[in-house]
Amino acid sequence: MRLVVPLQGIVQGRGGLIIGSLIPCALIYFLRLHLKRHRGSLAPARVSSRAESIARPDKSPYYVGLDRVSRDPFDEVDNPVGIIQLGLAENRLCLDLIEEWLCENLNGAMIGHGGDKDHLGIGGIVEYQPLDGLMELKGAMASFMTQVLGRGISFDPSRIVLTAGATPAVEILCFCLADPGNAFIVPAPYYPGFDRDMTWRTGVELIPAHCRSADNFIPSISALDQAFNQARKRGKRVRGILISNPSNPMGKLLPRETIHNLLHFAQEKNIHIISDEIFAGSIHGNEEFVSLAEILDAGEFDKNRVHIVYGLSKDLSLAGFRVGVIYSYNDDVLAAAKKLTRFSSVSAPTQRLLISLLSDTSFIERYLETNRKRIREMYDLFVGGIKELGVKYVESSGGLYCWVDMSGLIRSYSEKGELELWDKLLNVAKVNATPGSACHSIEPGWFRCCFSTLSKDNIPTVIARIRKVAEMR
Amino acid sequence: MEFASEKKQELLSKIARSDRHGEHSLYFDGWKAYDKNPFHPTQNPDGVIQMGLAENQLCFDLIEEWIKNNPTASICTSEGVGKFKDVANFQDYHGLLEFRQAVAKFMGMVRRGKAAFDPDRIVMSGGATGASETLMFCLADPGDAFLVPSPYYPAFNRDIRWRTGVQIIPVECHSSNNFHVTLAQMESAYTKAIEANINVKGVILTNPSNPLGITLSRETLTSLLSFTSRNNLHMVCDEIYSASVFNSPAFTSISEVMQETECNPDLVHIIYSLSKDMGLPGLRVGIIYSYNDQVVNCARKMSSFGLVSSQSQHLLASMLSDEVFIEKFLEQSSRRLAKRHSRFVKGLEQDRIHCLEGNAGLFLWMDLRHLMKESTFDAEMKLWRVILEDVKLNVSPGSSFHCPEPGFFRVCFANMDDHTVEVALKRIREFVSKGNENGDDKKLLQKKHRQNLNLRLSFTSRKCDEGLMSPHQRMSPHSPVPHSPLVRART
Repeated sequence: MRLVVPLQGIVQGRGGLIIGSLIPCALIYFLRLHLKRHRGSLAPARVSSRAESIARPDKSPYYVGLDRVSRDPFDEVDNPVGIIQLGLAENRLCLDLIEEWLCENLNGAMIGHGGDKDHLGIGGIVEYQPLDGLMELKGAMASFMTQVLGRGISFDPSRIVLTAGATPAVEILCFCLADPGNAFIVPAPYYPGFDRDMTWRTGVELIPAHCRSADNFIPSISALDQAFNQARKRGKRVRGILISNPSNPMGKLLPRETIHNLLHFAQEKNIHIISDEIFAGSIHGNEEFVSLAEILDAGEFDKNRVHIVYGLSKDLSLAGFRVGVIYSYNDDVLAAAKKLTRFSSVSAPTQRLLISLLSDTSFIERYLETNRKRIREMYDLFVGGIKELGVKYVESSGGLYCWVDMSGLIRSYSEKGELELWDKLLNVAKVNATPGSACHSIEPGWFRCCFSTLSKDNIPTVIARIRKVAEMR
Repeated sequence: MEFASEKKQELLSKIARSDRHGEHSLYFDGWKAYDKNPFHPTQNPDGVIQMGLAENQLCFDLIEEWIKNNPTASICTSEGVGKFKDVANFQDYHGLLEFRQAVAKFMGMVRRGKAAFDPDRIVMSGGATGASETLMFCLADPGDAFLVPSPYYPAFNRDIRWRTGVQIIPVECHSSNNFHVTLAQMESAYTKAIEANINVKGVILTNPSNPLGITLSRETLTSLLSFTSRNNLHMVCDEIYSASVFNSPAFTSISEVMQETECNPDLVHIIYSLSKDMGLPGLRVGIIYSYNDQVVNCARKMSSFGLVSSQSQHLLASMLSDEVFIEKFLEQSSRRLAKRHSRFVKGLEQDRIHCLEGNAGLFLWMDLRHLMKESTFDAEMKLWRVILEDVKLNVSPGSSFHCPEPGFFRVCFANMDDHTVEVALKRIREFVSKGNENGDDKKLLQKKHRQNLNLRLSFTSRKCDEGLMSPHQRMSPHSPVPHSPLVRART
């Protein structure tokens, strides 16, 4: 009241003008002084805009599921009622082979190189190394890639940049090829991790090019065109296409013709192609795997726009060691990538170990053969179980997972229906499969089920649990 | 189908085309000279001695011995191979619990028990390089700025700015007070930045300082911490040399100062790595330690771009939690650093070359102002070229550290054996006495300048064919010597 009267005085033009104007000014002055002095204690710490959104829990079912499993993981002995993991494309089927190799080859594996036998020579391991990878490892990796991606292809070690996993490899390529606000076209459904790896720090947007079951989930040029035009309408400049071959989550191998079409498309639009071939050593079917490198070798297309991503996490099961590859035909991109990989270099002892391992080409040959066989066994078992449930799936020749059509089990043919089923699978059946919506699938009801982290005995358990939910409808 | 070079450039992003990677700096030019002609005591005794790389090679023998005596720590031994399967498959970005616990314990030991670290706040990154960058991604938006006392580590230009779009505002420190940063200087730089409408997000301190080789005092840290808290600014402390302190005063960490000063913990973050203190740069172990939960969550998710190899995590989990070994290692490392530092300082004093009185780090901050006729950066560069090309020592010129005063050089001393130390000191002695004999350094420098006009070391003018390098030559890993002909990156 004491303040209002003088203020009213000002408004009504009467006396009290001085007090009426002094008091608010004084109040404002003292308020600002107080705020200035205590800004630190009053205001919250400001992090970056991206940190604010990234720090929040990720609501995507892909990550929610992984998190739930980590809190309640199935174990045959210790936790038989825990959640069975079908959401992680990790390969545990052949680690015993590498362990065996290590046992037989311990002397050369880590320490080796330089000095007499008694001297451990660790000086060559723990010092700073070229941050884009040791030349010897690049050489061994080039030979390994020939074994995995195609016998007729010869890879040039100087076109290899080694990174701490395929995750930074993809991000580094995005940084080299696109500016913030630009876009990449990605045939969908695609690996949920791309939404993080390619966009979080780069400022790039992903535009899905939808693949349909009617097309066997092979990307069509019309879908790419549609995505390209959509981007253009929104004023987004498309810098490239990211393809996965074998595809994830479907496990399809791209036919030659499709690869040709993709290369034509990229040339026509003057954009890049990144081919993520990380599952190339996990081909379990009878179809022929054709790497982009093989098509390029034929010499018909401009190589400057093609980059291949590879890594050892899937084919060699060495996810923990963090070894990824950027293979680029573009010298400028290579030069930039070499500088950028300083933020994501491969550990030196790990490099030494791998030089030994990958150079043992006859072991690698046996390993790849056995790996394919064991993946096939698990795939057959899993698919057999799925068939028993009366559920459809896509026949695939590659990858560590099965793309299953559970649309018959959902109440409403929509994303909502799909997520309800996902929830039931996770909480009732206690099985973590990745719903198609997390992979940007536009056809509801599809689920990616990874089978390579299971043992053969687990599969009947998995099928029985899914049956329980199937029968609940 | 060939592309015209403009079209070719269009295919690259702005980041790829920019030179914010900083590799055109003289700092890296010196490494290139070393890579082309590296010193070797028997095979190349006239080669360039690398004194530009802050690497600690003085305690390899202790690490070697520990690894030999602890075969279970390595998955590549018969005793340890049983762990191989679990380790090889482990890619959880939280990191192995034992590894985080061991790092937390180690960091506490380095601070003599004055601060304790929570393993759940330990976040991995691709070396300190990755840690600095990731922290910037978490704290700042493109265009935001951080205040950094100069002279500072040259690669901050890349790590702090390149992909993040963050700016660095140098807070110039001066020889008049031995380059110590003061609150007054910080406040003045901050005010100027605010007036220029720059959004200042925080301060980055390197403690112990690179390139000065000194620890920051408790008083300075306290006053700067209060300053940042008062103004809602982040306090980022790069403590990568925290265990490389060899003389008094003892190291004071921001983690200690926080306990005694009124501050907002959400604003405090530490960058760490094992590359310097433990001499293990090849393992690429970077650590972000933040007292801010949001930053921990965000940085942890981003650590997918630079996780530490599980093989290294497993090894270090054992090594760093071996308290007896770590105690011995830290003590020995200090002792050997002190001895090496003292040898160099005495050797330089005999040639009347003074260094800043340092007590930490792997380098000296050498004052060569008296060898320059003019106090200009041009004269500093000319002197640097003489030292590099004639004396054949790769020391780093102060200008590459953004030192506001010309004539200072950083000299690394921990990356060589005793014999090489003597060779380096001998070369310096000869250079200084030659200069004295001639009685006119200017003539020498002028002569070099004329010769150097044609010898400009530039990133793009050199092509290095790796195949021609002889086997004993070890490439400096930071050196951006091209492996294939490069097109010059344009801004």
